[in-house]
Amino acid sequence: MTRPRAAMRARVVGLVFTVGLAGLGVVVWAAESASDPRRSGFDFMTPELQAMQRDDALNPGMLWIKDGEALWNRNVGTADRSCASCHGAATATMRGVAARYPAFDTASGRPVTLSQRINLCRVERQRAPAFGFESDELLALEGYLAHQSRGQPLAPPSDPRLEPFRARGERLFRQRIGQLDFSCAQCHDEQAGKRLAGSAIPQAHPNGYPIYRLEWQGLGSLERRLRGCMSGVRAEPFAYGAPELVELELYLAQRAAGLRIETPAVRP
Amino acid sequence: MARALITMPSVAKRGEVIEIRTLIAHPMETGYRRGDEGAVLPRNLIRRFTCRYDGEVVVAAELFPAVAANPLLSFYTVATTSGTLTFTWEGDNGFAQSESVTITVT
Repeated sequence: MTRPRAAMRARVVGLVFTVGLAGLGVVVWAAESASDPRRSGFDFMTPELQAMQRDDALNPGMLWIKDGEALWNRNVGTADRSCASCHGAATATMRGVAARYPAFDTASGRPVTLSQRINLCRVERQRAPAFGFESDELLALEGYLAHQSRGQPLAPPSDPRLEPFRARGERLFRQRIGQLDFSCAQCHDEQAGKRLAGSAIPQAHPNGYPIYRLEWQGLGSLERRLRGCMSGVRAEPFAYGAPELVELELYLAQRAAGLRIETPAVRP
Repeated sequence: MARALITMPSVAKRGEVIEIRTLIAHPMETGYRRGDEGAVLPRNLIRRFTCRYDGEVVVAAELFPAVAANPLLSFYTVATTSGTLTFTWEGDNGFAQSESVTITVT
């Protein structure tokens, strides 16, 4: 497999990140981490698909991003306010925000995903009905926000209140489920880079969501992807918005910390 | 909620060949597939695309079931005069969308 420039970039980012954690004392360790084994799903794609993602004029995900921009500026609800009424121009105020989600919500005492935060804002501040899970509107707004952080490294918050949830997420990642009795880790840690039938098994990093997936012929969320994997191993998928899915997302964000956001990513 | 994205230069030299790319949100349902309940999903296609340059047709295309959802159409034309390019997509169930982009030719 060819390793395009993005892979090189990811490697350099990995170095900076790991050195930051480990300190500069351990020279040998730092040298090893120069070859950070983590790869974005982008690196597992064909050059044609990579070109489709790279060029905004070819990337169908941009249709939703354009919609999200309109929704950001539209007054709604009994409060008759738009997102922009409080937050201003997303291009300035929302830069880097998506990189920090899921984040802790003090009011509910739980972690919330970016899409849950959008709906919280919508219900509490705009006094408008929440968007449905996986609705085009929610995906468009989430995509528009995440798009503002494109190119920035995933930076999950180090909030200690998130730790128990993240630990549960990691446990779920390693737990065997379904009739096929597979855990996420068995494919995406142990067999990543190999093939399942004709498809490459990526490392399952959530750095491009919401993604335009060719199989879906549309934009879809990380929750949809996780649920798809769960039915794939013939397990009962968690419902949209279930705490377990949020916990999994928390762990995945930590696992991919430092990888650059690609929203809207294109995936096969 | 029909959405379209058009990518083309806003300024060009006279006689210059310009590339135009159009993306439109559309399910392009073939009419051959079945849904979860087993019922055939009714056909819903964009049948025809037309690009007019100041009223003159420069590109027209017929679309068929093999075209993917959210079709991308990319083509070239010669920048002749400052004016408006009008893009129309027409299809099943009375689908019709039109977008206009102006170009300045120097």
